[in-house]
Amino acid sequence: MARRQSMSRRLGVTALAWAVGLLIFFPILWTFLTSFKTELDAFAYPPKFLFFHWTLENYVEVQDRSNYLLFAYNSIVLSIGANVIGLVIAVPAAWSMAFAPTVVPERALTRRLYIVILAAIAVAAVLLWLVGDARSDWRVYGPVAAVATLPIIYWIMTRRTTDVMMWMLSTKMMPGVGVLVPIFLWFRDLHLLDSRFGIGLMLLLMNLPLLIWMLYTYFKEIPVDILEAARMDGASLMNEIIHVLTPMAVPGIASTMLLAVILSWNEAFWTLNLTTHDAAPLTAFIASYSAPEGLFWAKLSAASTLAIAPILVLGWFSQKQLVRGLTFGAVK
Amino acid sequence: MATRQTTTAGRILVAPSVILLFAWMLAPLAQTLYFSLLHYSLLDPTNVRFIGFQNYAHFLSDPNFAGALGNTLILVASVLVISVVGGMLVALLMDQQVFGQNVLRLMVIAPFFVMPTVSALVWKNLLMNPESGLFTWVTRSLGLPTPVWFTNWPMVSVILIVSWEWLPFASLILLTALQSLDEEQKEAAQLDGAGPVSYFGYIIVPHIARAVTVVILIETIFLLSVFAEILVTTSGGPGIATTNIAFLVYKEALLNFNVGGASAGGIVAVVLANVVAIFLMRMIGRNLEG
Repeated sequence: MARRQSMSRRLGVTALAWAVGLLIFFPILWTFLTSFKTELDAFAYPPKFLFFHWTLENYVEVQDRSNYLLFAYNSIVLSIGANVIGLVIAVPAAWSMAFAPTVVPERALTRRLYIVILAAIAVAAVLLWLVGDARSDWRVYGPVAAVATLPIIYWIMTRRTTDVMMWMLSTKMMPGVGVLVPIFLWFRDLHLLDSRFGIGLMLLLMNLPLLIWMLYTYFKEIPVDILEAARMDGASLMNEIIHVLTPMAVPGIASTMLLAVILSWNEAFWTLNLTTHDAAPLTAFIASYSAPEGLFWAKLSAASTLAIAPILVLGWFSQKQLVRGLTFGAVK
Repeated sequence: MATRQTTTAGRILVAPSVILLFAWMLAPLAQTLYFSLLHYSLLDPTNVRFIGFQNYAHFLSDPNFAGALGNTLILVASVLVISVVGGMLVALLMDQQVFGQNVLRLMVIAPFFVMPTVSALVWKNLLMNPESGLFTWVTRSLGLPTPVWFTNWPMVSVILIVSWEWLPFASLILLTALQSLDEEQKEAAQLDGAGPVSYFGYIIVPHIARAVTVVILIETIFLLSVFAEILVTTSGGPGIATTNIAFLVYKEALLNFNVGGASAGGIVAVVLANVVAIFLMRMIGRNLEG
């Protein structure tokens, strides 16, 4: 700020700001401290702030008792895996929205596009038929439903690019409970409950609109001329995206990935409802502490510290992207 | 630049995303709508029949629903007020010349990165425990009455936890908006002799009005479906004191196995969220055109 302020005023504001900041941060700090206490010290009244017997036994015990590493592994694999696959789908989509938008609704789709959509629907129909065992409805209704989507997908695909983007965004606005029942039943019938594939798919789809939107805003900043030059030199579309666009957009892609990983790591609606143990990430593991036995505060704190530390560090690197990603470009 | 060829290629490249999102959103949503018209309980899966709007009639006339709707609105409104007003104050404070601003900003934004289950359990146990939680120590040291948080004020407790999670978000967005304020505009206001009040009212408020709106809309969408915090602290209780719509639907679906009723509730939740979403979408859409 250009306005000059007196030193005393500046010191006063600093003191106030730090007091507020510490107050907001305090629960995290307290969790961190408590994780090094013995259970007795953790529960002590009046609370012991710094002068207690420091110990690492909680960290050891969290792993020994409840196989912490399995849940940490699930969190890492799910949040990174789902979003890497998400990027593979989202980068081409964002490319087309940024560099090849359609500004008027089309009357018809080209033949190539038809073939792509029909192929996708055929694959979906066959898959649904294969996974549905004889007694479930999947074998009958699955393929029928897949074919029935053709006119709707056709309709969406002929819209203007901005409309398609808004439609994708609208999927982010839908509350999870709106589709909880069908998704749960699908997962049950398809044996996806508590599987890494199932919950990973869920996380991927949840973040896909965000990935596309954020990538779009970054791609928009790249001059079209460079891509066109590559095209003039005879680069194929795939080469243009992989070898020209992607290297230039690495910072944007990395920021997008960072935010998506953070959101997946902390996702706590689908992970709590669709996983129990084998595929459960840390959110679900921590939730198991809600039905405790005996003294557990220090162990809860140790588990919590381990669960939030990596993402806190990542989060600190991603503040700017956070604003851009979470407001879908509405605040810059 | 967008030639016929590239737009066709573009559509092909968008297709996978459209198809996936379609399969994930519209298909199950349509199925929810269909289930909501059925008598369908997983406890008695052979007896499925069409009953029209009876699920909605049951759901909407259920006193639990009225309670849950009230709780949802109270939760959303309180957290909005606390996080937006608090976030505004924090943002204004941090926009000043403060020593160590970068470190301070990291501390303020930190709670947003804490997973909901951790925040809820840490607050419930380490802070709000009536015997040796830290809040108990604070209130007793100050000679104030000591509440048994989750028994006496269950909703207040949940509101506090959720506010703590969302205040940093509001602060960060509003701070970003404040910092984009033109230096020259600030100086001009100062030269014209604007006091703190008129500076705030005529310079800051118009500049960040848009950011405030965005914060309110985005937070509302997320707050309408607060779930994990309630599940791990109160499980909607005592009674239905902290049951919101999201939790009610979850209970109906996965604990009572009432597919029809839960679906009707899910549709109600979608309608509620859409009321807010329409405004947010319009703002973002305007940004996209411009």
